[in-house]
Amino acid sequence: MNAAAESAIDPRLGRLRWHCRRALLELDLVFQRFWDKVGDDLDIETADALERLLALEDHDLWYLVSGREETDDPQLQPLLYRLRQL
Amino acid sequence: MSYTVRKFDAVIVGAGGAGLRAAIQLSEAGLKTAVLSKVFPTRSHTVAAQGGVAASLGNSEEDHWHWHMYDTVKGSDWLGDQDAIEFMCRKANEVVVELEHYGMPFDRLDNGKIYQRPFGGHMSNFGEKPVRRSCAAADRTGHAMLHAMYQRNVKANTQFFVEWQALDLIRDEEGDVQGVTAMDMETGDVVAFHARATLFATGGAGRIFHSSTNAFINTGDGLGMAARAGIPLEDMEFWQFHPTGVAGAGVLITEGVRGEGGILRNSAGERFMERYAPNAKDLASRDVVSRAMVTEINEGRGCGHNKDYVLLDITHLDPGTIMKRLPGIREIGLQFAGVDCIKEPLPVVPTCHYQMGGIPTNYHGQVVVHDQVINGFYAAGECACASVHGANRLGTNSLLDLLVFGKSAGETAVADLQQGRAHKPLHTASIDKTLARLDRLNTQKGGANVHEARLAMQRTMQKHAGVFRFDNLLKEGVAEILKVSEDVARTEIKDKSQVFNTARVEALELDNLIEVATATMISAEARKESRGAHVRDDAHDTAETPNGRDDKNWLKHTLWYREGNRLEYKPVQMKPLSVETIELKKRAY
Repeated sequence: MNAAAESAIDPRLGRLRWHCRRALLELDLVFQRFWDKVGDDLDIETADALERLLALEDHDLWYLVSGREETDDPQLQPLLYRLRQL
Repeated sequence: MSYTVRKFDAVIVGAGGAGLRAAIQLSEAGLKTAVLSKVFPTRSHTVAAQGGVAASLGNSEEDHWHWHMYDTVKGSDWLGDQDAIEFMCRKANEVVVELEHYGMPFDRLDNGKIYQRPFGGHMSNFGEKPVRRSCAAADRTGHAMLHAMYQRNVKANTQFFVEWQALDLIRDEEGDVQGVTAMDMETGDVVAFHARATLFATGGAGRIFHSSTNAFINTGDGLGMAARAGIPLEDMEFWQFHPTGVAGAGVLITEGVRGEGGILRNSAGERFMERYAPNAKDLASRDVVSRAMVTEINEGRGCGHNKDYVLLDITHLDPGTIMKRLPGIREIGLQFAGVDCIKEPLPVVPTCHYQMGGIPTNYHGQVVVHDQVINGFYAAGECACASVHGANRLGTNSLLDLLVFGKSAGETAVADLQQGRAHKPLHTASIDKTLARLDRLNTQKGGANVHEARLAMQRTMQKHAGVFRFDNLLKEGVAEILKVSEDVARTEIKDKSQVFNTARVEALELDNLIEVATATMISAEARKESRGAHVRDDAHDTAETPNGRDDKNWLKHTLWYREGNRLEYKPVQMKPLSVETIELKKRAY
């Protein structure tokens, strides 16, 4: 499902975009690339995974995004894989 | 457009280290305190500070605040105010111990005392030999600090307004500050926070440069608001550059890489630092390495298609050593340069790192203009200029700055409020100006694109006011940045929605960035000497002007006023509080 087309998730996009503003430049840059690529075309599964990732502390998040640490959480793995390929 | 009014004793803008430290002071005094932040407090840029906080605890070897003071004055290239520097260095132990009591998990010695490590520029016995002065919590000092102080604030009932964008100071015709207007990002609603004390702790504005180690949130919001309210910005020509940011991204490559044997090379593969610093080579001080890199690039020996970076080579190091001693560097290279540093060198450029100037304050944290305190207005941390860093900051003094002056500004505000300062009738004309600014943005047609205007500003700053400065480039830079500011005054956003409209937030941030960029360019063009981080190629090293520093004409602070881009100067405070003046001499290590 396209998130932008789904009115229930629409305001969520703006919030998710803002929550990608982080304390570390490394994360800002990765998420900037992510949004440049997906635009408003974010499916709900990815939005859910992103929301969970963004709740992490910055250093922990960077370790996961950079591949320095791995997670066995199946909901986060596909998104982390995408972020690492950007 | 309408707004509502909320009354507080104190409103603090910014919830990084300085804002949280100040808030503890106010809330624990029983004052109704609001803290506004664009992001959740523990996601403020203080998180990125890893090096530690300086304090002459003397836990590992003999140390003294007076030695720390000497190092700081020398590091500042004598532009720092010696009263403020003495105050900060004397207060260091107190604020570090307080932080420990708040629950900060400092690294420890076997005897249980706080572990201290050496850091560049910190010496014992007035510059004799390195001393262990930095207190850290692994590589997460800033992060741990924010958590400890946030928890303390929760306990003290500080009221947080998270994801709020501050818009403007409310300043009346007598010049007194009455609070701040702000926008709730979640709803787009505008609120006037009517306060008896207003304290800015909004951090730096490193995003004015194209290459910056700063996170995207560092947009100088406090400086922009102060400038629009007629308050000058002090010493904005002084920006610290880190030699090794990843070219095109800005991400910091720690000095530890060169410490482990990393070598800087130009397009011919030459280890060029051998020519600039035959002894220290790649381990020379930050400013020496940065200038050498820029010289190589300017003389056509840069690398890549545009010859605009140099290479940091660690391919000769054992991969096991890289992985063990330099964790994270490989990931940074892969992610931001597309380079595996085990096999290929990393592209690097000197990158903007820290803002020494800011809103002029005294060491009590009060904003001061023409020796007059601005009633109701305080500032602390990177957005303020006390001035303890002068022309160049010493590593680990930034976390100390935000603790000492966050506390000091908070204490002063408490004292002022307890003496009975009342809410003055709200100056609505000041708020109307802000609403008009928002209205202009919301209704602008055929205006400038925010992204393009920001990029133009960043490129202009990087080219014309970078790490190594030239008279003709600065002069051209003034004309260029004024041109960019005309575009910023007519930015247009397509998305007019109210809920988390990031396009609007970015346009408002650009309004602040351009004030800082203009202040920087104009102040830098005017200062005809080299001092600390402000280095001009036409300022020569002579007996009268050591390293190009001209104390006869330029031992003074710059004050830039937005109105008419006017400059004034004020003397450096050379008299400390209790000890003898640290006399001028050539800054050499």
